[in-house]
Amino acid sequence: METASSINDTSEAPSQKKTASDNTNSTVKVNATGSVPMNETNIEYPDKTVGFPLVDDPKMSMRDVNVFYGDKQAIFDVNLDVGKNEVIALIGPSGCGKSTFLRSLNRMNDTIDTCRVNGEFHLEGDNIYDPRLDVVELRARVGMVFQKPNPFPKSIYDNVAYGPRLHGLANKRYELDQIVESSLRKAGLWDEVKDRLHQPGTGLSGGQQQRLCIARTIAVSPEVVLMDEPCSALDPIATAKIEQLIDELSSQYTIAIVTHSMQQAARVSHRTAYFHLGRLIEVNDTRKVFTAPDHRLTEAYITGRFG
Amino acid sequence: MQTGNLLLLLIAIGAAVWYLGYRRSHAVAAPLGGIRHLHSLPSYYAMLAMIWCVLPALALLGMWLIIDDSIIRNSVISALPVAALPTDEVGYNLLMNKIQNVASGALAEDAVQPYVAIAAEHLNSLRRSNTQLLTLFFVCLSVLGGVWGWSRIQPQLRARQRVEKVIQFLLMLSALVAILTTVGIVFSVLFESIRFFGKVSPAEFLFGLEWSPQTALRADQVASSGAFGAVPLFAGTLLISAIALIIAVPVGLMSAIYLAEYAHPKFRAFAKPTLEILAGVPTVVYGFFAALTVAPFIRELGDSIGLSVASESALAAGLVMGVMIIPFVSSLSDDVITAVPNAMRDGSLALGATKSETIKQVIIPAALPGIMGGVLLAASRAIGETMIVVMAAGLAANLTANPLEAVTTITVQIVTLLVGDQEFDSAKTLAAFALGLMLFLTTLALNIIALRIVKKYREQYE
Repeated sequence: METASSINDTSEAPSQKKTASDNTNSTVKVNATGSVPMNETNIEYPDKTVGFPLVDDPKMSMRDVNVFYGDKQAIFDVNLDVGKNEVIALIGPSGCGKSTFLRSLNRMNDTIDTCRVNGEFHLEGDNIYDPRLDVVELRARVGMVFQKPNPFPKSIYDNVAYGPRLHGLANKRYELDQIVESSLRKAGLWDEVKDRLHQPGTGLSGGQQQRLCIARTIAVSPEVVLMDEPCSALDPIATAKIEQLIDELSSQYTIAIVTHSMQQAARVSHRTAYFHLGRLIEVNDTRKVFTAPDHRLTEAYITGRFG
Repeated sequence: MQTGNLLLLLIAIGAAVWYLGYRRSHAVAAPLGGIRHLHSLPSYYAMLAMIWCVLPALALLGMWLIIDDSIIRNSVISALPVAALPTDEVGYNLLMNKIQNVASGALAEDAVQPYVAIAAEHLNSLRRSNTQLLTLFFVCLSVLGGVWGWSRIQPQLRARQRVEKVIQFLLMLSALVAILTTVGIVFSVLFESIRFFGKVSPAEFLFGLEWSPQTALRADQVASSGAFGAVPLFAGTLLISAIALIIAVPVGLMSAIYLAEYAHPKFRAFAKPTLEILAGVPTVVYGFFAALTVAPFIRELGDSIGLSVASESALAAGLVMGVMIIPFVSSLSDDVITAVPNAMRDGSLALGATKSETIKQVIIPAALPGIMGGVLLAASRAIGETMIVVMAAGLAANLTANPLEAVTTITVQIVTLLVGDQEFDSAKTLAAFALGLMLFLTTLALNIIALRIVKKYREQYE
């Protein structure tokens, strides 16, 4: 265990900015099992993530990730692997950077002008941030489902067919029909909408809309599906359906899900990563995180002491 | 006393009543233990007393001014000797004018018949006593109203609600002014049009192919008999508007897409207001730009490639009008494109769409109703536009689809029909009202459709 000292963000932040890629263990010292009572001023951080952030044969691997919004640093030195066909849950209090981290996995942060991402991101050995890599192809391989259902103002069919059409996945009409049907089936929506495929997707209920968005995402056959709080705008019944769906999808896809609901993380994920104020505190098997977390920040969060 | 002075006096009385009311409400409150035991704040009691003072007096003044003139006239006329009484309306007006001129001293008394001089004297004395009576009643009513309002100040009086009711009523009155004006204009145009359709059949007007509104003023005059077929005007208007829209819609839409989706925020902050300045350029400036610069340029261009182009071609007017309405299209389209939620863009980009694909397949379809609304507003603006076509389009009512020839529009014809001295009951002049009615109905319909579409679009994402 390291010597304890409280962090001083104001003095650390500028130096981290300059040496963002090589400061894995110089910034913050933390006593992970110390007995100082926790409050806003003396929150302690491990110098490196506790638990097992890395896996053998990862689908995606991220090293030394730092993300900035203008001058403000949102992510500090995160190292994380996402295994094949696993569901990894990213949890943490609001503003801890979990959504930012998720969005950097398929370069959705490119759409934010002030956002700057450092670090190495690999998808099966391909460098995601390689300037030669086509972001369009990347996003076809790493799909994303958003917090609020955002179906396009088109018909249900056209919503699902949108991606396959863009990427030329179907040559014939019936091939496209097949893709649409199988995607809707996988998303558990087929039986509810098969008679009204050509009605607007915006006319569906919230939970149906979100499953439509999932169908739309898996219609382009991605390898990884990123989900940014996919159930936060839904009622418990719709949430249960989505969670069941995530479980079914995990046999074919690698899934990273950001959630505010610890129960949801516990229910759907295999591994859980706990973020706190931009730092990745702990990564462990979900069961271990929710029964015997290694770090007391994690413990404090899952027992509801903050967040 | 003059009306203006009466109003000043009323303001003074009203202020005094307000002050006294304010004092009285405090005085009433004092034995109860402060103004918190009153139903309303003292200023409401004061305001209510002032309303009692001012409003009835104003109503009296308004009614008095509306009716006093006709009462005085009738009294003057009825005092005239029977032999001098006018027989028809024209004679009545002439006589009344003469009497008034004598009364105001513009006409010497000895230059007219003696009964006119007597009547003028009578008129003057009536006017004096009228003013005195008005002043008396006006002041009495305002003071009485003030005293009544002042005396009613009681702790239980629900002054706040009363005052708010009155203010609400005043607001409604203001709204009615605009509405009633519009309705009045519509009806006046409508009635004149009906008179026109009494002289020229609606079928001839709507479907006739020849427009030549010159009619003989007198029986012995040599002139064309007049033809009121408005089809060439409708066609000319449509031709010029169509040219304008062909220019404005693509340019406006594309500039909106650039500004909303691609432009750097700093450039957008500069470019959008600049574009909107285009809408603020007076149309007369566009007009001489079209007539003096664009039209000769087009004619020379046509000559150089062997085309004969009229010097007042529909093309020149349409081009310039198109430039004028670009801001309508671009600004409204920019607003609706920006209003498309970012979630749509994110959703499309996350599926691997490029920015251009996202715009073409998600943003534009989502914004289409709003864009249509903008285009329709621009179209109604183009159809009603006057100055550019007066200066740059021709007067000859050619029925043609060739943009290189001169055509004329509804608005141009209305201007030419009404400019200069006109008699107001000939078919020629009344035709202007019928044309105005057509124009009004067209733009009204376009505006209603456009506003409905825009409104429907606004609700879609809320």
